Amino acid sequence: MTGAREGERARAPRTFLGMPRTRPAAFPQAAVAATEDATLRGNLTHATHTIRGKRAAAVAELPDWDRLRAAGAAIKDDTLRHLDRYLEQLEAAVTAAGGHVHWAVDAAEANAIVTRLVRETGADEVVKVKSMATQEIGLNEALAEAGIRAYETDLAELIVQLGDDLPSHILVPAIHKNRGEIRDIFRDRMADWGRPAPAGLGDRPAELAEAARLHLREKFLGAKVAVSGANFMVAESGTMVVLESEGNGRMCLTLPETLISVVGIEKVVPTWRDLEVFLQLLPRSSTAERMNPYTSTWSGPAEDDGPRDFHLVLLDNGRTDTLSDQVGRQALRCIRCSACLNVCPVYERAGGHAYGSAYPGPIGAILTPQLRGTASALDASLPYASTLCGACYEVCPVAIDIPEVLVHLRTRVAEGGTYTVRGTKAVIKPAKGHAAERAAMRAARWTMDRPRAYGAALRATTGTRRLHPRRLPGPGKAWSATRDLPPVPQEPFRAWWRRTRGAGS
Amino acid sequence: MRVALFVTCVNDTLYPHTGRAVVTLLERLGVAVDFPLAQSCCGQVQFNTGYRRETRPLARRYADVFAGYEYVVTPSGSCAAMVRDNYPRLGEPAAAAVAPRTYELTEFLTDVLKVTDVGAYYPYTVTYHPTCHGLRMLGLGDRPRQLLTHVKGLTLRELEGADECCGFGGTFALKNPAVSAAMGADKARHVEESGAQAVCAADNSCLMHIGGTLARRGSPVRPVHIAEILASTEGDVR
Ligand code: SF4
Repeated sequence: MTGAREGERARAPRTFLGMPRTRPAAFPQAAVAATEDATLRGNLTHATHTIRGKRAAAVAELPDWDRLRAAGAAIKDDTLRHLDRYLEQLEAAVTAAGGHVHWAVDAAEANAIVTRLVRETGADEVVKVKSMATQEIGLNEALAEAGIRAYETDLAELIVQLGDDLPSHILVPAIHKNRGEIRDIFRDRMADWGRPAPAGLGDRPAELAEAARLHLREKFLGAKVAVSGANFMVAESGTMVVLESEGNGRMCLTLPETLISVVGIEKVVPTWRDLEVFLQLLPRSSTAERMNPYTSTWSGPAEDDGPRDFHLVLLDNGRTDTLSDQVGRQALRCIRCSACLNVCPVYERAGGHAYGSAYPGPIGAILTPQLRGTASALDASLPYASTLCGACYEVCPVAIDIPEVLVHLRTRVAEGGTYTVRGTKAVIKPAKGHAAERAAMRAARWTMDRPRAYGAALRATTGTRRLHPRRLPGPGKAWSATRDLPPVPQEPFRAWWRRTRGAGS
Repeated sequence: MRVALFVTCVNDTLYPHTGRAVVTLLERLGVAVDFPLAQSCCGQVQFNTGYRRETRPLARRYADVFAGYEYVVTPSGSCAAMVRDNYPRLGEPAAAAVAPRTYELTEFLTDVLKVTDVGAYYPYTVTYHPTCHGLRMLGLGDRPRQLLTHVKGLTLRELEGADECCGFGGTFALKNPAVSAAMGADKARHVEESGAQAVCAADNSCLMHIGGTLARRGSPVRPVHIAEILASTEGDVR
């Protein structure tokens, strides 16, 4: 392998953040490819429907699920209301336990802090536990630019990394790949990153897992630095909590000498009692398990066990802006269980990549436009990437009313208004490209608010009924390309009423 | 008992027979029906697309028109949900006040009139699509099915993936045509696989999408609003 190739491989070819090669497409265009890819559709439908059924069964086992859910929402709301206090408590507890706390206002600052911390250890590679926050900030790409290789150790993240791909699901980042595709990726690419795949590798799950195990074991044993995220941070004891299924996370939290954890500020929970609620809500909602296989709690360096050096990077990156929005802030309750993705009919057809961020599906549609703003065409299209069917709200273990937030964000896109952007109040203009729609909405409202005009419009519609085509030109094509239009009736309802009942009432 | 019919703008324009069916049905059950002519549209499309400012005048109009009625009945799950769930969020006290008095047709029948057998006759096989807003916002549960199972002559067929969205979503169908069509195709396939002669729902917007997709596929399954089934009697069917 040549040096140039090495450098190229270390840098992911596509990225959610940082410097995208091209301007990302808006959701509707980005979703088209997925709807036309039969293999992808099959993979997604199979995977989401399987987990959907299992989750429903796991939740139905608990008679008090509704109350647990309400408790989860209430704890998160209370924590968010007093976030400043809990964060200071957390900082004090982590520091007292021998850890170091760093505050990062945005992605660039967080990446700079982690890069500096890794450099100070002298290491040029790190092992990683699956982490949404580090994907959100594009940490792997930032480290690569600094000449530091980051090895993903979660099985699905490994598949994504080896395949020069992007994750498409919160819990199952390679949900869009089937076994055969994974076998090919391992066979063709493992050697570029370390130990090659065993000769004659098949596509049985046990074989694939064994190949990953052998490949990753070398990484764990050699690594000096681990980078992780966290599911929760307990403020009262400064404890980091990581839930996972494979045990790789536990390796990362115990074998390396230095542990650097990047954690969103909304991940704090006040006490262990509060944690108990989430340890019931999360596994059942995400993997449909009563308890997940590995729950690691880590309360700072100890003499003869685990990392000697612990750094906690607390990440804002748009979270305090989100917190200032009375309707939108409920998105910060999210515990990243991915239940909303698994029931979402739009996610099932569009796939995760169309959402253009580390957070796909319904939660991505409400979180990304708040964290990043709605200035780009992609981010402005995300609140519209939903039929408002409400399936996500129904399953969300912390009762985030996702449809309510979607409509709220649509108003931000369509009408603009005053919002907090990077800590200061700013007036956001209505998004570009909505002028024709705005005019149509206004005209419709104007007509509907004037009975005479409305009656005339109805008469005009039915009066020209023979002229109405079954297929429409222009923007109407979006409808009539795949659907017939209903025939226009002879007389509107109100005309029938007038004719048969008179103008009374 | 006297009620006001809120027919909705979609039904007024494109599905007047649904409105007529509601009148027939309610009058058969001994309910006097008013149709205040100053009514127009609940503003759902404006609200759900993000045009809150354009929604408010329509909500105020609705509140004005229906202020004097104890019951407002509408043959649309999504319009009922718009009024009940979203009007209280608009900061319009009059609109918020009229919200709880607005009923979707099937819940009015089962919860207020307390009937499940409305004396209907419909000699066809039918499958039922519970629309998302009816199912999850209004919480209609099995009310419509209870009404359908009491219809003489009707055979109800199970619909695979019944609680999954059909892909209409108002302006979603225009803004995200590829995903909307993919969802509609799956729904239409399930409807066809049910073996029913008709697919019914408590909302003509969803039926416009499902029916339009079925028609384009050349399917003989026809969309029919539940009100038309419930209004139908032996005299109507030759
Ligand atoms: S929004 Fe709710 S359902 Fe979706 S990932 Fe977050 S916690 Fe889970």
